[in-house]
Amino acid sequence: MTALKLVDVHKNFGSSRIINGVNLEVPKGERHAIIGPNGAGKSTLFNLISGFYKVSRGYIELNGHAITDLPPHRINRRGLSRSFQVTNIFPKMTVFENVRSALLWPMGYRYSFWHMCDRLKKVNRKTEEILEKINLADRRHIPAAMLAYAEQRALEIGITIAGDTDVILLDEPTAGMSKSETARAVELIRNVTEGKTLIIVEHDMSVVFDLADRISVLVYGKVVATDLPDNIRKNAQVQEAYLGKEVA
Amino acid sequence: MKHYLKQFGIWFAAVIFCIVLPLIFNSGFSRSMLSQMGIAVIFALSYNMMLGQGGMLSFGHAVYYGLGGFLAMHALNWVGDGWPLPLELVPLMGGLGGVVAGLVFGWLSTDRAGTTFALISLGIGELIAASALMLPSFFGGEEGVSANRMVDTTLTSFRFGQQIEVYYLIVAWMLVCIALMYLQTKTPLGRVANAVRDNPERAAFIGYNARVVRTLQFTLAAFFAGIAGGLFAINYEIINAETVGAIPSGNVLMMTYIGGVGYFFGPILGAVLVTLMQLTLAGITHAWLLYFGLLFVGMILWAPGGLAGLIMMHEPVWKAGLMSRLLRAYAIIAVPALVLFLGLMTLIEINYHLSLSVNPDEPMSLFGISFRAQSIAPWLVSLCLIGIGFFFFRKAQRVVRRSWNEVAQQMKGAAIQ
Repeated sequence: MTALKLVDVHKNFGSSRIINGVNLEVPKGERHAIIGPNGAGKSTLFNLISGFYKVSRGYIELNGHAITDLPPHRINRRGLSRSFQVTNIFPKMTVFENVRSALLWPMGYRYSFWHMCDRLKKVNRKTEEILEKINLADRRHIPAAMLAYAEQRALEIGITIAGDTDVILLDEPTAGMSKSETARAVELIRNVTEGKTLIIVEHDMSVVFDLADRISVLVYGKVVATDLPDNIRKNAQVQEAYLGKEVA
Repeated sequence: MKHYLKQFGIWFAAVIFCIVLPLIFNSGFSRSMLSQMGIAVIFALSYNMMLGQGGMLSFGHAVYYGLGGFLAMHALNWVGDGWPLPLELVPLMGGLGGVVAGLVFGWLSTDRAGTTFALISLGIGELIAASALMLPSFFGGEEGVSANRMVDTTLTSFRFGQQIEVYYLIVAWMLVCIALMYLQTKTPLGRVANAVRDNPERAAFIGYNARVVRTLQFTLAAFFAGIAGGLFAINYEIINAETVGAIPSGNVLMMTYIGGVGYFFGPILGAVLVTLMQLTLAGITHAWLLYFGLLFVGMILWAPGGLAGLIMMHEPVWKAGLMSRLLRAYAIIAVPALVLFLGLMTLIEINYHLSLSVNPDEPMSLFGISFRAQSIAPWLVSLCLIGIGFFFFRKAQRVVRRSWNEVAQQMKGAAIQ
């Protein structure tokens, strides 16, 4: 089964063409990394998949259904969630509220103004579970803006996985982290995406080769290779385009 | 029992307080002022549902207040003609008017928050105010719509001939509305409104359509504004096009800001204070709007959290038992602040007398002292007061800052231990 499928996807802003015909198929349950040099269009690709930008040409399928022109909230409701490269949380709300608000829609409370959040036992229990998973349980009452950077990144992941969607997009989750923080973040990602389809954009090659089942290389808005990590490492085209002498 | 007392104690206290208040302040003037305060509290809290909870700065909230008021006024007339709606429930008609208008205009204006929303709200406010004069059958033209609230259908034994009966009706609605609006902040919609306020982009990726969230929040706010308008109709028995206009829209904004948007109870304080100022200051000085403006600007500049923010700033100090330290510093700064204010006030009043009174040559009086505005002495006195007040105010500011630093140090020390 294919979780996510991109067919000949194009995106241009005016005359500058950022994505030039991307084809990609990610099977269910795979951890798929997208790598590429700066400006290759990785974040743009995420914005297209999640509905933040509209595609100029081509189409995108999620679990066999077209999502090409849907707005972000509808794509999310169909089972895709994402994190952001720049930390994107609800700064004035507490850590607990941040995670809980991500649970309300998927658990069926939607726009309700007749339920009391504090009485929704299942929602609150699930919130606690996620806080445990992302190691922020003892920070629950702090406004999210006051968290340390690495904690905010963890919260970002917490919000992203809270809804239990089966396709998860993570945009540079370890950017700006120290080595030990990165190691913990990788462990966390591996943990919370168990049994799910993960698509991850990442600059840190050790993270990529550690996590990914398969890797796609994006150069100038095109996928130049999709393969197993070992083959990507050996691929001459990839080395020339991106990895350079770092790996060789 | 103790648990319940802790949870609901403040509500019991509020109920008793509201019942006793008009018995202590029992003049006709204070009772009608208390009634106005009750209406203003609902109106300001409903405004903060949008601004504080939903991040929507509206310049046209009186549209829903006014439209609700007009619909309730018509309903009151229909009740007088034999409609079976008890008078106590007429404000619900106001709420209904608010909901209908809120749904329509809410959907039109909430695609984006921020400047776009603010400008659209201003436009809708002008639109309704202009059409109020063009549709006399609903808005009653220049003289407005009036009705008699002493109708036969009531739920209670009240006949509403006396102001105190109207006051109790207003206060009952006020308490119910406060409770409902408070509970609303704890519902999924209330929480998600916060999320949309903080970060609408992210809210989309947790499944929410920001526009729908804003529209619903807007509509609920309009419901409560409409109830306030309905109570207005009952209280005054006359309503005209001014009620939907820019003045009440601006007023509710200022009440809410002065009270503080960051805390639920902030707008309550703002509504009470501003109503009090409007009704009492206006009787004391012609320049009252100027003082009101100064207060508003001062709050925005130096206390953006409003009264509620100022109070909550002291909560940790109070809990640590260090309040006396600060109070001493405040007492010290109060003296030059008062001198400075007296100087400014004298200057303002002299100028008002010179430029706006019927006969500026007549002597004016301030604090029982009678003098001529043209003579040089009062000018010198006021300038001296301002100079001296300002000089010592700056000095006292340092005292206040030092006390705050000490208190902060002590609290930090206590936290580490």
